[in-house]
Formats: sequence, structure tokens, C-alpha cells
Amino acid sequence: MAQIICNNVTVAYEKEKVIDNVSFEIEQGDYVSIVGENGSGKSSIVKAILGLVSLKSGKVLFGEDCKRSHIGYISQQNPNYKSFPASVYEVVLSGCLSSKGIMPFYSKKLKDTAKEYMELLGVDEFANKNFKDLSGGQKQRVMLARALCATDKILFLDEPVTGLDPVAILEFYEIINNLNKTKGITIIMITHDTQNALNYSNMILHLYRDSSKYFFGTKEDYMKHEGYHLCSCGSEHNVKEKIHKMNKEGV
Amino acid sequence: MFLIETLGQMFSYSFLVRGMIVGMIVAICASLLGVILVLKRYSMIGDGLSHISFGAMAIGLAFGFAPIKVAIPVTIIAAFILLKLSDNSHINGDAAIALGSSSFLAIGIIVNSLVTGTSIDLNSYMFGSILAISKEDMWICIILGVIIAVSFMWFYHQIFAITFDENFAAATGVKVQLYKTVLSVLTALTVVIGMRIMGTLLISSLIIFPALSSLMVFKKFKYVMAGSVVISFVSFFIGMVCSYIFSIPTGASIVVVNLIVFVMMAIVGQIKK
Repeated sequence: MAQIICNNVTVAYEKEKVIDNVSFEIEQGDYVSIVGENGSGKSSIVKAILGLVSLKSGKVLFGEDCKRSHIGYISQQNPNYKSFPASVYEVVLSGCLSSKGIMPFYSKKLKDTAKEYMELLGVDEFANKNFKDLSGGQKQRVMLARALCATDKILFLDEPVTGLDPVAILEFYEIINNLNKTKGITIIMITHDTQNALNYSNMILHLYRDSSKYFFGTKEDYMKHEGYHLCSCGSEHNVKEKIHKMNKEGV
Repeated sequence: MFLIETLGQMFSYSFLVRGMIVGMIVAICASLLGVILVLKRYSMIGDGLSHISFGAMAIGLAFGFAPIKVAIPVTIIAAFILLKLSDNSHINGDAAIALGSSSFLAIGIIVNSLVTGTSIDLNSYMFGSILAISKEDMWICIILGVIIAVSFMWFYHQIFAITFDENFAAATGVKVQLYKTVLSVLTALTVVIGMRIMGTLLISSLIIFPALSSLMVFKKFKYVMAGSVVISFVSFFIGMVCSYIFSIPTGASIVVVNLIVFVMMAIVGQIKK
């Protein structure tokens, strides 16, 4: 059953279209990786689904069992995180905000939920520590605990492993994969790491700078697609250089 | 003994009692709003709004209206526009604040120089005056204080979430724009009322100093909020008493006390590290 349906979605900043007429459906339990060059509209499509940017045209529909308040979101590293005075517990608990209602305080149940996710992600020992004093990997686990407080259905992640060391990256991917497999949480992740995207996800959305062009399909189909061959050349910084070299060699 | 006698003398003047009540309420409101404005990097908005408010008051006086009744709607609209511009990455928010504040200040000064015979001295708005506080101001201020204090207590968790990560809050269904609009209105009201005591040039210090001082020592959001309120309250009181004892301008006296507290907090913060 489709959980999110994007129907001919177009997003434009001023007059420039960054997403043009993109349509796809995400099923419950999917692990979708959104890949593509910088400026191809990866963050814009996620923000469009989340309602953070307005659509120029098209529609985003949510399945019957899914509301916008059931969404968990880890945005790109926010400059605020470096200096904000907040304990880890305060940050994680803020994920329960949409369940709190109009009352000025969190119920015991919500506080227990926050503690449960802190334990699950191994950040409970830092509960009273300042968020800004944590390492990059620890911060991302805290953000994940906060996102899980908001949802047990869909998790959006915008380049969550940027700036993490290789061990923390691998650990983070394993946690996400585990949540997808054991709890059935739908994962929608923006990433530049095509190799790991293919290792873990079952669906790929590849966006191009040419906003009218995109690929959405299974991992297997993607591996036959030109976008995959472009990305599998190595890091995206070297893509143009390598294509040039391949052309020169007649490959 | 000397302090009790001085306080006794101060409170025998009704205008000083009004000034003290209004000032303390403004100090509390400004310190609460200041934490959000500083953390969201909107610190200069208070400064910009006070200049805009000055221009609006001058125009109000020129056309024979009560200055505060002109300044309040103009400053609220300006606050809303400036917060919008600060969020818009295509337009430099700081530049917009500088543009708006200097333009309104210039218009205010020109209008003031062209219009003669007004009974209110516009200089009191520029540098602040304890004599400028009317009974009407005091009641507006008391209502404002109650609204801000109740809003902050009731919506504390929403305010925390929006200040920490606006995108996450919006994605999970928090009405971020509504809260930001309320923030604009409350900031504008605080600035308009506060500038009667502090003056156009100094009111922003009441917003920024207590928040910065508190951030030097406290590491949790609720403690920063509480610390900011206490610092602002105490600094205002000491500043007022010093102003009375040494016969110095009230606004300047309060700013200097805030500066001393800030330096002390910065030292304590360094020692705590």
C-alpha cells in the first residue's frame, strides 16, 4: 500500500524549476535512497513532501495510516547545533511535541518514550550532557532518537552521515537498516554515498540538474540505468573527469 | 541603611514607581524574547525596530496622533517584515535591518525638525526618560507582561523546538509561522514600550545583554531562560537605583550595569570551563 504519492510535483525557487513534474510512489517499509549531484533538487523534493516548501504544481498525498505528524526528520547539520544550550534529554523529548497536544507539559508516557529511544540508540548515558559537546556520531544518534519519538512510520534523512568518520557512518547505516527491517519503518534518505545506498535500499530516486529528468525504480533496475554508471565511477567530484577520460579512451 | 533610605525616597515619587514597574516588566519580557532572538541570530532586530518605532512616533506627533498608537502597528508590521527577510536566503536580513532603521530614523529626525510646537520632547524617545511613562503606558505594559509570561510558560516546549530546529518542528506539524508571527508582535510591543525608558539607542541592549550573559554560564535552555530573566531584573533594579543616586541617565545606567554583569558572567563561564 502506498504511503506517499508524489503526483507531477514541480518545485521552483523564483522562476527556476528545481524539480519538474516528478511522480513516484513509496510503499510502506521501503528503503528509498535519493541520489544525484549537488543542486539536483534532492533536499527540495524532501522539503516538498514535508510541506517545508510550497509546490508550484502537483500533489503530495499521504496514505490512510499516515499523517504529517507521524513523520520523523533529520535535516542537514544545522549551525544552531554547535552553540545551542540544550541537554540531550531536552533535544530527544522535543521529538514528542506533536503527540503532546495543547497541554504545556509532556506526559509521563511521552517522557518514557523519549528515554526508551535514548536507550535503544545508546545515548541514555549522555542524557544530561550538553548536546553541543557530543561528537558528530553521537549527535546524529540523538537526532535519530528525536526523530523516532515523532514517528514509528516514516523517517526522512537529509545527508545524515556527512562529516562522520567511517566507523560512525557504518554504525549509523546499520542502525537505520535495523529500524527498517525490524520495525518496518519506511526510510527516505538523501545521500551522496551511492555504494551504501545500493547496499541497503530497495528503491532509488536519482535526480539530475536537468530538472525534467529523473529515475525512480528498484535497485536492480537502477543498476542498468545510466545514472548508476555515472555514480559508480567513484566520488562525484571525479565523475566529470572520469567521463572525459572514458570518452577519450573510447569506452 | 543608606539603601533603604534611598529606596524609600525613590518610591515616594509616583513617576519613579511607574517607571520601576514598567521597566521591570519590560526587562522580563525583553530577556525572555532576547534568548530566542540571540539564539536564532536575530539580535539586531531589536535595534532596527527601535529606530523604526522612533520614526513612527515622530510622524505620529507631526500629525497630532498619540505617538505610541502610531508606533505600535508600524513596529509590528516592521517586525514581521524583518523576520521574514531574515529567513529569506535571497535577501540579506542584516542589510534590510540597517536600511529600514536608518531610513526611519532619518525620517523621524526630519519630521521632528520640521514640526514645531509639540508638547512632547522627541529627545526623550531618543535617549529615554523615566518621566515619559504615563499611567496608560503602565497598564499596557502590565497586560503585555502577563501575555508574554503566560505565553512563554504555556508554549515553552514549542518555543524550544522552533528555536532549536525550525525545520524539524515544521515537518512534525508545529505551526512555525504562527509562532514566529506572535514572536514578531511581542518583540515589537516590548521595543515600543521599553524605548520610553531606555531610549531608541539603548533598548536593544535590554534584549541582547541578559541573554548573552546567561548563555555564558548556563548550558540548558530552561536555565538560560530563567538566568536571563533574573539577570535582566536585577540589572534593571541596580541601574535604576544608581541612576537615582548618581543623577545619571536611566537608560545608560542600566546598560552599564548589564555590561558589568556580562563581563562577570563571561569570567565565571571561563572559570567553569
